Amino acid sequence: MMSNTASRVQTEPDLSVDIAGVHFKNPVMAASGTFGSGMEYGEFIDLDRLGGIECKGVSAVPWEGNKAPRIAEVYGGMLNAIGLQNPGVDVFIERDLKFLSSYDTRVIANVCGHTIEEYLRVVERLRDEKRVDLLEINVSCPNVKEGAIAFGTDPDVLRDITRKIKNIAAQPVIMKLTPNVTSIAQMAKAAEEGGADGISLINTITGMKIDVERGKFALANRTGGLSGPAIHPVAVRMVYEAAHAVSIPVIGMGGIATWQDAVEMMLAGASAVAVGAMNFHDPHCMEKIVAGMEDYAVRHKISKITEIIGAVHD
Amino acid sequence: MKNIHTVTVTGNKNIADGIYMMTLRYKEEEAPEQILPGQFVGVYSKDSARLLPRPISICRWISEDNSIVLVYRVVGAGTEEFASCKKGDTLRILDVLGNGYDLESLKDRSVLLVGGGIGAPPLLELAGRITAENIHEGKGSVTTALGYRTNDLFLKKDFEQVSRVLIATDDGTAGFHGNAVDAVRTAMEKNERLRFNVICACGPLPMLRAVKKLARDLSVPAFLSLEERMACGVGACLGCVVKTVKTDPHSHVKNARICTEGPVFLAEDVDI
Repeated sequence: MMSNTASRVQTEPDLSVDIAGVHFKNPVMAASGTFGSGMEYGEFIDLDRLGGIECKGVSAVPWEGNKAPRIAEVYGGMLNAIGLQNPGVDVFIERDLKFLSSYDTRVIANVCGHTIEEYLRVVERLRDEKRVDLLEINVSCPNVKEGAIAFGTDPDVLRDITRKIKNIAAQPVIMKLTPNVTSIAQMAKAAEEGGADGISLINTITGMKIDVERGKFALANRTGGLSGPAIHPVAVRMVYEAAHAVSIPVIGMGGIATWQDAVEMMLAGASAVAVGAMNFHDPHCMEKIVAGMEDYAVRHKISKITEIIGAVHD
Repeated sequence: MKNIHTVTVTGNKNIADGIYMMTLRYKEEEAPEQILPGQFVGVYSKDSARLLPRPISICRWISEDNSIVLVYRVVGAGTEEFASCKKGDTLRILDVLGNGYDLESLKDRSVLLVGGGIGAPPLLELAGRITAENIHEGKGSVTTALGYRTNDLFLKKDFEQVSRVLIATDDGTAGFHGNAVDAVRTAMEKNERLRFNVICACGPLPMLRAVKKLARDLSVPAFLSLEERMACGVGACLGCVVKTVKTDPHSHVKNARICTEGPVFLAEDVDI
């Protein structure tokens, strides 16, 4: 047994995790769409403290996105219908990846498209980009009319697009799944069968808000994706089901606001976590989550954080 | 430089129906070095169930007291919470956000300010700065046209200290019966020595559209401060966009971020 003195000098717990052969210094990353490529928040938080950054979705050509209003707050969360506005993969490479080259954090490029060909064009274009450590394929955005979620709600289509992307991708491929399905286990399996190196979930849950005084939809797009603490228990359940259906690693996300939420997600089966909407409430929340997990590991005498992955029991 | 600060409420009073004026003091070492009129802060709720910072423009910057004054309308649970703040309470804010009005471009100009309702507050700092910094070096003037719903004329006296003031009310209970832009047009028609060669405006969208038209009719530039539902407030989420006439250099599409490229835009650059 360690004495008090000894525990104080105990070596720091190892928070690092490996996903599809990529080493992360800690399991906490920024979720796609909430953090750009880190440029804006990098003005006042230390990006090097993050395990990784899942960049904002990028398509083959610039996308305009949806009309405003694109944001509506709801109790415990928010709806968004940005519609994947982005400057296209060329600007992403020249501007965003260049910016990220001076930081010591993993970079996950999030890929979107309207058609399989569009996804493939982006994946192809990113082949030689050494700064991209992983690809996350967004087959789950509820806010674009064609593509995106359509690829993530039919297991056969999901398996097919995963296979096609795997055939040409230089980096490991993570398929980002939507919760807007009946069986998440079935979708997780389809991604695994298609050759995915990992899966991430959950994307937002489709929702709607109505301004009762004006009798109007709060969002120009009418519907939007619900994120924030309100969806966390749904995300934990889905991560648990998905992680138990496949043997590839799972990145868990959905309403993570505190280190407890992050630990909970890993106990449910996630190998790493991503934090999204909470960044809007507290841009320092990811740094606090990393610190809280470290403290948790010390208190529970966990030398490697990987020990808790899927460790939930009755 | 943007950052998150904990500030102390040193005043918070109800100045009109549903309108509050709150003074926030920074710790001396954290006080902003510069604030431009038209810039804003994001005020966080203490309840994380209300996730998003509320964007509120800065009505006055009292640099010698390390303080800012916010004037806001209570529109929901978040602003209700702010309205209940007492002297000595603390709030978390994200600051200083947005571009603000470009004071350089107002040099030597006669400026017309047009404020509608809760859009008026940031124009007070603008009028004050133009006057205090003698931006026009005696070669220009400042006139403010303020539109209100009723004769609950908040900030009118403050504006009168730094500019000539025209009042318009929707219900005709004070000043011109109608909106602020029509008040300006009418005053010009009556030849009330109302001269200006630039307009700065903040208020509801229909008013801003009318300002844009007025500026076009008179061939003068107009700077409009826009508002939109925001999430991050710092340019990361792309939630608060406005359609632009030309391709925006950041987004590479015809959308600019109101929180970052704005909230102040040249009227002719935005499709409103």
